[in-house]
Amino acid sequence: MNASMNYLDGNAAAGELSKIFAVDITSAEGQCANCNAKRRFAEAHLYMQCPGLVARCARCGYVLLRFTNVQGRVFLDLRGMTYLSVDPPQEQEARN
Amino acid sequence: MEGTALLGRVTWRTATVVGLHDETATARTLALAVHDWPGHVAGQHVDVRLTAPDGYSAVRSYSIASAPSSDERIEITVDRLPNGEVSPYLTQEVMVGDELEVRGPIGRWFVWVPEELGPIQLVAGGSGIVPLMAMIRSRASAGSTAPFRLLYSVREPGAIFYRDELQALSSHGESVIVTYAYTRATPKDWPRPAGRIDAELLASGTWSSNLRPTSYVCGPTSFVEHTTDLLIAVGHDRERIRTERFGATGERK
Repeated sequence: MNASMNYLDGNAAAGELSKIFAVDITSAEGQCANCNAKRRFAEAHLYMQCPGLVARCARCGYVLLRFTNVQGRVFLDLRGMTYLSVDPPQEQEARN
Repeated sequence: MEGTALLGRVTWRTATVVGLHDETATARTLALAVHDWPGHVAGQHVDVRLTAPDGYSAVRSYSIASAPSSDERIEITVDRLPNGEVSPYLTQEVMVGDELEVRGPIGRWFVWVPEELGPIQLVAGGSGIVPLMAMIRSRASAGSTAPFRLLYSVREPGAIFYRDELQALSSHGESVIVTYAYTRATPKDWPRPAGRIDAELLASGTWSSNLRPTSYVCGPTSFVEHTTDLLIAVGHDRERIRTERFGATGERK
């Protein structure tokens, strides 16, 4: 699946996802709904050759997240993650 | 606005080009004065948005090259891609005084702060040096003595970014140990033929896994996958390897 290496990683999605998330998404830990791997979102494989963004699990390739803009509205599909855990904003600020 | 900064919201800001400096034949550093810049940590990036008169806009991500500072200025280094949509403009046409839109700073995972004592292993492929240079500069400006090593893979000697500064930072006490790897052409009398990083070069150019370094690997996707696999093969813990991938074109969208 990843043989062509035409993906980036979750770091490259953080700017777009800041439209929705008030906290940093790259350091968030997510659990894949397929293989249960727990990884930082920065490590997800990111595909941008499509209308929007698709993030896949770096371990099993399952779709973790889809994000797109359609006619001025933003759509977010998170069904591929059973959870996403983040540091509260004040913790992130304190470390800056 | 104070509350906005506390919430960490990332908004578009106007940036004015205040300096230009060529790093190589294809790469240029842009110094930007960013109004209300909230500050950054080494390793973070910004999105740059260019908008044409007809309203068409393009957004690309560029790592911040400069160390954190309080003067509302940042530097980015942009490598020109032959068929790029944004990089030819930023490396050839933009002039001092021009304005761009900048969103950031972005990302709190691929970052190094001076409170991290190391040892730190940096591995750069091509323009992947940029966020790692911010870490090296941050170490210097904070007076950190964290043990740093850099393994920097470039096509040829002329493709090295920040050459003189790296030379200066690697030639005194408490310095950064720099190892170059050349993939297409080497300097004269270089002891190793040109080629991509292999296990032998990795072993001689990086901290031993026994020291449990934290590694930061940045470059094109194939470079990151290759060198990360080599690091894991010699015993580095995947949990201690942080990665950031650039597109095959080097220009993140």
